[in-house]
Amino acid sequence: MTTALIGQPISRVDGRRKVTGAATYVAEFQAPGLVHGAIVRSTVANGRIASIDSSAAQQAPGVIAVLTHQNAPKLAYRAHKGAPDPGIGERLHVLQADRVSHQGQPVALVIAEGLEQAVHAAMLVRVTYAPEAAITDIARAEPVPLTPPSETRRGDPDGALAAAEVKLGQTYVIPRENHNPIEMHATIASWDGDSLTLWDKTQWVHNVADEIAAVFGIPARNVRVISPFVGGAFGSALRTWPHVTLAALGARVAGRPVKIMLSRREMYYGTGFRPHTVQRVALGASRDGRLGAILHNGDQETSTYEEFTEALLNATGFLHSCPNVNTRHRLAPMNVHTPTYMRGPGEASGIFAIESAMDELAVALNIDPVELRLRNEPEQDEFRQLPFSSRSTRECYQAAAERFGWSRRNSEPRSMRDGRQLIGWGMATATYGAGRAPASAMARLLPDGTAEVASAASDMGPGTWTSMTQVAAETLGLPIERVRFTLGDTRLPRAPVHGGSITMASVGSAVQAACRKAREDALARGGGTNDVTEAMRRIGQPVEASVDSTPGDESQRFSMHAFGAVFVEVAVDPDLGETRVRRIVGAYGAGRIVNPKLARSQCVGGMIGGIGMALMEHSVVDGRNGRVSNANFAEYAVPVHADAPPVMDVIFVEEHDPHVNPLGVKGVGEIAMVGVAPAITNAIFHATGKRIRELPVTPDKLL
Amino acid sequence: MHPFTLDRPRDLAAALALRAQAGRNDAPAEYIAGGTDMVQLLQEYVRQPERLVSLAGLLDNRIEIGPQGLRLGVAATMAEVAADPAVVEQFPLISEALLNSASPQVRNQATMGGNLLQRTRCPYFRDVGYAACNKRAPGSGCAAIGGENRWHAVLGTSDDCIATNPSDLAVALVALDAAVEIRGAGGSRSLPLVDFHRLPAATPHIETVLEPGEVIAAITVPASSAARRSHYLKVRDRASFEFAVVSAAVALEMDGARIRQARIALGGVGTKPWRVPRVEAALAGASLEPQSLRQAAALAAENAHGRGHNDFKIELMQRAIVRAVEIAGARA
Repeated sequence: MTTALIGQPISRVDGRRKVTGAATYVAEFQAPGLVHGAIVRSTVANGRIASIDSSAAQQAPGVIAVLTHQNAPKLAYRAHKGAPDPGIGERLHVLQADRVSHQGQPVALVIAEGLEQAVHAAMLVRVTYAPEAAITDIARAEPVPLTPPSETRRGDPDGALAAAEVKLGQTYVIPRENHNPIEMHATIASWDGDSLTLWDKTQWVHNVADEIAAVFGIPARNVRVISPFVGGAFGSALRTWPHVTLAALGARVAGRPVKIMLSRREMYYGTGFRPHTVQRVALGASRDGRLGAILHNGDQETSTYEEFTEALLNATGFLHSCPNVNTRHRLAPMNVHTPTYMRGPGEASGIFAIESAMDELAVALNIDPVELRLRNEPEQDEFRQLPFSSRSTRECYQAAAERFGWSRRNSEPRSMRDGRQLIGWGMATATYGAGRAPASAMARLLPDGTAEVASAASDMGPGTWTSMTQVAAETLGLPIERVRFTLGDTRLPRAPVHGGSITMASVGSAVQAACRKAREDALARGGGTNDVTEAMRRIGQPVEASVDSTPGDESQRFSMHAFGAVFVEVAVDPDLGETRVRRIVGAYGAGRIVNPKLARSQCVGGMIGGIGMALMEHSVVDGRNGRVSNANFAEYAVPVHADAPPVMDVIFVEEHDPHVNPLGVKGVGEIAMVGVAPAITNAIFHATGKRIRELPVTPDKLL
Repeated sequence: MHPFTLDRPRDLAAALALRAQAGRNDAPAEYIAGGTDMVQLLQEYVRQPERLVSLAGLLDNRIEIGPQGLRLGVAATMAEVAADPAVVEQFPLISEALLNSASPQVRNQATMGGNLLQRTRCPYFRDVGYAACNKRAPGSGCAAIGGENRWHAVLGTSDDCIATNPSDLAVALVALDAAVEIRGAGGSRSLPLVDFHRLPAATPHIETVLEPGEVIAAITVPASSAARRSHYLKVRDRASFEFAVVSAAVALEMDGARIRQARIALGGVGTKPWRVPRVEAALAGASLEPQSLRQAAALAAENAHGRGHNDFKIELMQRAIVRAVEIAGARA
């Protein structure tokens, strides 16, 4: 009989494999005759390669080939843009010309028998450059409009701001941040004639196949991509980066399988980053706290060859009610590599500015920050003039505030202490889009009462292996241990990109539909029984169903987003400037929660990521030349266990959304990161009376 | 890694005869003990020695406490010393400094000697993508001056180098008047730890007084009542597993409510572990009142020189001294 599995806190089905080392990550795969690649990277930010002397490298022990723009095969680089690729511009071509546009750009590839031999020979390649003036500091860059320009306006924002009873205008800065997953990016490439197998760390196997096929000018069906386990990514594995091309190129030239694994330092040059962002927010309001005007501008760094954009200012249009709104998004092309999406992309940065400004407005008006938001709660999406498919902000404020004990807050800054420590309480609103993309899945019931279910999805950590097994088992009417779900292989039915919190909405819907069809077919042929196990025993051969699941027009009829509220307690040492987060309570209206244990874990991870964003993460770019000064795990600080507060409370408010997708899910991976940083900086203001508008809030900023 | 020959001598005499030298990038042969820092340096081509001489199993790792004080065999690991009951009881400053360093995994592997000889975290020293680093390539210049220097020193700097010494242990030991026993082919010598590391001046690539064929054999710390009334304060961007932004090691001898003698050293701010004798002198006889502590601490800033991003350290180190003295003074 059917047991309710969706909504149950089931432990990871792949957990034992992961903790025992049985899960095979990309760099651990073996291929017969495997050799190793090491990349030589540019040490100038702009210019031309004047000379390359690879003679010493070629004579070094174990070296098979040294590829540079002078001898590398010309690649097709056919047009291809996957969902994570910037819409404007052309991806970096590797080893095709003498032009260098950024630090760390690949300028040569060494293939050698052993890893150390390859790394050492790469150090022996002598490259000289004819450097040219480079722009590596956003303060000296020239921001330009997006293509096409991204500016929105409703009402009369300038007039309303000028006429407002209370107004404020401030600049908010987020530095460049890197994803820093624990697993390095790695690729193994193996050719068999014109067919290529890639084991690659990726959040989207099919896009890797499409991209590499386009780069090499071969049919995508000739490229198989395998990626069963991903050791964290946070967006760094959305795109197909140049090292994947280099692995395939090296394997073709060497005639042997080639493995390339990036070093930690290379991760800061080869896999994208959250862009340095400078935002200006002006708010106008009445004395009773009604927003009259919002002006929100954002400038972000991008490369000279692609326009990377994220939804930086989207939430500004619908988060709070306001009749007069202007947003303007610009990009600063610089001699850097192209940024990419990092957890909570767009919203995490944009909402830091908006929710900081709202807190400043609450202080200026002497209105409780929660009350200010309640007074500006919109009835619909005022930007798109559409109803929300569901919106539970009020419930989130209430649930989180109650759990946190917010009503005991003294609004006066520096009013709360614990010994020497100043205590501060702050909050912020969170939101992230609830998207869905076409996905396919296959379900196969077997006569022994087990089932195989598959989709070429990815699991970078949220628990796709587990949650899809739950959806499949419940839909099929089988115990969970009788269902084997597989993902991460282009031979499986196509799934969309594993990012943007769309995996359950998209792949989950496809899995549900395929399993429903398989079950219906089995029962129809099973001689009248309502028990699928009995039906399969009677049928005696596999029953298989494949489904392509596509969204309808719901996104045209509704504004669909998850919403949340984050409440934080910090302790700040007033003399030494150290901030430690003591408590975080987050409440989320994210539709149906398929697995509360995994979802809580995702939210806790997002909270810790938010602590990193607020207090320590910062890729320190040397403005003189564009090198990342702290491109290592010692000086680029991410939170460690001791930074995780003892209390991280996650509340999922009841939310039934009949419109968003068949499962009624919105996803929590991205929203978990959003709102945490402004809640922390708002709490720091409450603790200290100091408003820090530039992240991260390191001790020097609070002295 | 640059290819090297690994020697594993059978005894210390054989190791010393190979005349390797720690802490100099121009030395063709170098000793390796726990390797937690050395392996990073090798992997990133910061060090490219032709020869590595392993000291594994050749050096004393005993921890001995007697009436004269503490003697640490230089091969004792950070974890062993930090957890030693006698160290915890009689020299808590050392245990605190160690437990505030690195991670449990690193502390299980890293030795006392290696800790004192670990190289600077200066990102320009550690990134061979920069040509200029006087420590790595003598005479090539200093990329940190005029660069991103929030991590860098404000005391003991020169126009050729502003790199900090990263050791927490050394800061605590210098405050406790520790000495190092140096063993060489020609015999042994002993000198105060505070004289072991050299100021960068015009030769930042020469970091210590060790000559080729010399190793640290032991660290000795004299017994004192101050060693118990102490505190190691470490300010950093995250709660654990990070080098100091600023640290202060304080040991006090009290006379009722007044300080009889204070011993204070600073980390994260000096090109070597930095003792502040003028602050100590000003605190002799002082009460624990914030005003007098603050006045004394201000003397630490004499001759301090910020380079922009690290200017805040000059103020922060004074506050760290005040706080550490307050905490140590409040201890029974």
